[in-house]
Amino acid sequence: MTTQHTDKKYEEELSKLREEILYMGGLVEDQIQKSIKALVDRDSDLANIIIERDHEVNRLDVEIDELCIKLLALHQPAGIDLRLITTGLKITTDLERIGDMAVNICERALELNQEPQLKPYIDIPRMARISQRMIHESLDAFVREDTDLALKVCKDDADVDDLNAQIFRETLTFMLENAQTISRATKISSISKYLERIADHATNIAEMVIFMVKGKSIRHMKEVPPSV
Amino acid sequence: MSDEAHAPKELISRSDLHGSENKASVPAEDIRLKVEDLSIFYGDVRAVKNVNMSVRTNQVTSIIGPSGCGKSTFIRCLNRMHEVTPGGRVQGKVLLDGQDLYGPGVDPVDVRRRVGMVFQKPNVFPSMSIYDNVASGYRLNGIRDRKLIAEKVERSLKNAAIWDEVKDNLQKPGTSLSGGQQQRLCIARALAVDPEVLLMDEPCSALDPIATAKIEELIHELKEKVTIVIVTHNMQQAARSSDYTAFFYVGELVEFGETQKLFTAPEKRQTEDYITGRFG
Repeated sequence: MTTQHTDKKYEEELSKLREEILYMGGLVEDQIQKSIKALVDRDSDLANIIIERDHEVNRLDVEIDELCIKLLALHQPAGIDLRLITTGLKITTDLERIGDMAVNICERALELNQEPQLKPYIDIPRMARISQRMIHESLDAFVREDTDLALKVCKDDADVDDLNAQIFRETLTFMLENAQTISRATKISSISKYLERIADHATNIAEMVIFMVKGKSIRHMKEVPPSV
Repeated sequence: MSDEAHAPKELISRSDLHGSENKASVPAEDIRLKVEDLSIFYGDVRAVKNVNMSVRTNQVTSIIGPSGCGKSTFIRCLNRMHEVTPGGRVQGKVLLDGQDLYGPGVDPVDVRRRVGMVFQKPNVFPSMSIYDNVASGYRLNGIRDRKLIAEKVERSLKNAAIWDEVKDNLQKPGTSLSGGQQQRLCIARALAVDPEVLLMDEPCSALDPIATAKIEELIHELKEKVTIVIVTHNMQQAARSSDYTAFFYVGELVEFGETQKLFTAPEKRQTEDYITGRFG
C-alpha cells in the first residue's frame, strides 16, 4: 500500500500490528529450529530453555489479540484494513499453536534423551527445515502481500506430508523388528507428526494471506489452485 | 482439506455466491429505480457523469463518497428536485417501475409524491402542529375526509416509530419535538402519501447517536414497505443499514455492489482507499 491513512495514529497502529506478527513469527521459527537442534544434539538444557520461552510466544498471542480487538473497536476498519486485522487475529492463533508444537518436540526430545539414540536423524531435520521455511515464507508473503509466494507455501505442504508418511513407515519397521524400540519409535513418529502439523499451520497462514490480499478464500479446496 | 464432498472446485467469493450486482441477471420486477446514462448539470458544469445503476425493490441502497462528489445532486434527480435549482438540468433516464420520470407529460409533483424525500436537517412546518405536519400531504392532494386523514396520520406516525411519543400531544407544534423526533416526524410526513421510494439525504447528520440508532432501526423496518436510498457521510451507517452501496467520486459512480462485499473486499482501488480512510 503506497497511500497512507489520513489518520496517522491508525496508520502507526496497523504498522505495529504487522511488526508484532512478524516478531512473533520470527520467535516461533527460532523455537522450531532450536527444538530440533535440542533433539539432534541430545541437548536437554536447550530443550528446557525452549519450553520456558513458550511463555513469550503466549504473551505475544494475547498482546496481538488485544491490539486487533482495540483496532476493531476504535477504528471500525473496512476493506484491506479489516482483512489485515482479522487475518492478524487468525495468524497469531496458528503461530501460538506452532509454538506449542515446538514445546511438544522438546518434551519428546527430553524423554528420548533418557534412552540410547535409536537412529541418526536425517528426515526429521529435513522436514523441520521445510516446515520452518514454510512459516518464514508465509510471513514474507504476509508482509509483501505476495499471493504467489503464499500459493507456493500451500503447495509445499505436500512434501512435508510425504516425509511424515515415510517416517511413519520407517518407525513402524523398527517397532515390528524389535519391540524394545516401540517407546522411542513412537516418540520419533510423534515428532514427525508435530512437524507435519506445523506445516499445516503455515499453510493456514498462507491461505489467510491470500484472503487478506485478494479477498478470496482458497481454504478447504481439494487442490491448491494454480493462481489466484 | 479432508471433506472432498464439500470441496469447491473454483475460488469462492461472496459475489459468486450471491450474484454480483454488475451482472444484468436481476429480474425486472426486483428493480424499482433504474438510472441510465444519467448526467447532471449546474449550468454548463457537469456535476455527475454517465451514471448507470439499478435500485432494488424493498432494499436499502446507500450512496457514499467524499464531499462534493455528487451524491446529494444524484439523489435529488431521483425525484426531480434538481431541476428546481437555477441552471439545474439532467441528461439521461431515471426509470421508476419502467416509466421515465423525465419523459414527456410526467408531472414532477406526482413524481415527488411517489418518490418522497427526507433532508439533512429536519424541516417540520414551523407553524403547524404535529398532526397537521403529517396531514398536510393529504390536504395538498385535495383529500378532505377527516376520518381517513386521521387514520393515515396515525398509521404514518406508527410507521415512523414516533406514535407512542407524540400520540397525547398531536396538537402541539412540530417544532416542540427534539431533533431526532422532528426527523422521524418528517419521515412520517413523507410516508403519509404512500411513496414507493424514500430518499434520505444525510438524515442523521444533525442527530446524536441514540436518535441516529432509532432512525437506523426505522430504516430497517421501513424497507419492507418502501425502497430506500440514503446518502450518508457516515460509512459505518452505510455499512450497518444498507443492502447495497454505491461509491461516488468526483461525479462518477466508481463502484456499486453488495454492501458487505464493498466494505470487506471492494473491487476498485479508489473504493478501497476511501473506505479505509486513505487519501493522497
